[in-house]
Amino acid sequence: MDLNVIIDNMAYLFGGLALTFQIAALAIGFGLCWGILLGMGRLSKNRLIYYPSSAYVHFFRGIPLILVIFWIYFLLPLIIGDSLGEFVAVVVSFTLYEASYFAEIIRSGIQSVPAGQVNAGLATGLRPHQLAFHVILPQALRNMVPSLVNHAVVIFQDTSLAYVIGLREFLRRVNLVDAREARSVELYLFAGLVYFIICSLGTLASHKLERRPRTCGSNL
Amino acid sequence: MIEISNVSLWYETYKALDGISVSIARGQTMVICGPSGSGKSTLLRCINGLERFQQGSILVNGIGVQDKRTDIYSLRSRIGMVFQHFELYPHKTILENVVLAPVKVRGVPRKEAERQGLELLNRVGVLDQAGKYPAELSGGQQQRVSIARALAMEPSVMLFDEPTSALDPEMIKEVLDVMADLAREGMTMVVVSHEMGFARRVADDILFMDHGRIVEKNAAEDFFLHPSNERTKQFLGRIMDYNVNVGG
Repeated sequence: MDLNVIIDNMAYLFGGLALTFQIAALAIGFGLCWGILLGMGRLSKNRLIYYPSSAYVHFFRGIPLILVIFWIYFLLPLIIGDSLGEFVAVVVSFTLYEASYFAEIIRSGIQSVPAGQVNAGLATGLRPHQLAFHVILPQALRNMVPSLVNHAVVIFQDTSLAYVIGLREFLRRVNLVDAREARSVELYLFAGLVYFIICSLGTLASHKLERRPRTCGSNL
Repeated sequence: MIEISNVSLWYETYKALDGISVSIARGQTMVICGPSGSGKSTLLRCINGLERFQQGSILVNGIGVQDKRTDIYSLRSRIGMVFQHFELYPHKTILENVVLAPVKVRGVPRKEAERQGLELLNRVGVLDQAGKYPAELSGGQQQRVSIARALAMEPSVMLFDEPTSALDPEMIKEVLDVMADLAREGMTMVVVSHEMGFARRVADDILFMDHGRIVEKNAAEDFFLHPSNERTKQFLGRIMDYNVNVGG
């Protein structure tokens, strides 16, 4: 064991980690926004909205993420005639793909609010948007938060896939340092430790949110 | 006040309401009873437009519930409704439950709405629970809060959908007492309930429904003493066996 290989390359490796965080943050941010729209589309009574959003969600949930990255990075330039660059390609791929997972979390969260709550709100004269903002969404969000945090952790882990198109995020840089210094054991154990600590923090947060004392119990 | 004429409602091919006609005058209390599946809750939900019927018409204060020109949201804001399972908002405190609609729908300033809300909570006897969440209250307390929530909109009609059937026996009285007070104060009320003691003492009229039809409509006293229909007699016989306190 020679930990100097890690200390000597710390700045370079953590530069990659910063990039990893950037990808994860953008993927979660954009994916969530797009996912909210898709999730609401999946609940729409309008067929022109329901069917396309459902098809989208089923499609992306049915293929591996790495394939989407290849499509966006290798095939999309053939259509639009210009390369997107690794970083943009990865962010676009993640957004398109992860939105389909967020959409399902949001759809089921909204559907978890009992119909009786809708009737109660309507009966007092609330209009649909008031019902959504004051009655449905606050309860739905409470139910969704653990799953959303959980999925954010998954996305963080999946950023390592950006490695396949040569983006120098954390894992790629670990790989490059190893190619130069031939210290596989130290480097890959270190990489595991870094991912483990960061994801554990996320999981911990998700459990905290789940165990938060609930003021909203069954109202039977 | 409420004019229901020839209302029919189908779920697919099943006829849940079959040509219902009845009217409720201002200040009157009408209790609707009947076996489960007889259409009584469905009829109630038609009055405030939570359910759509395919035939007939319902007028509330002269306004057609399903009239194309009717703003159903604004009409609903003057029709209070109380549900079997209370349906308080679990993420809001008791006071917030009561003030939400007055502030958002009627545009009452929050301070004023809270003052009125506390007054209403006091009236139904749960003032000391104002800061708690619904899950911290007993069923009877929750149901009284839900009555206060409906009253906060200053409704001209109150609809009650089996308000005591999800309650423990010892909590039923506290809810019925609040309802009886309301009726005495001149509120127009339509109550779906099997509380025959309440019906006899508080209701002006009793409507007995079966298979989506009105079997019998009578003044409360006559309904119990001289039921005219065989089906009513049979129903009363069944539910009265253990309901010894009727009229008490």
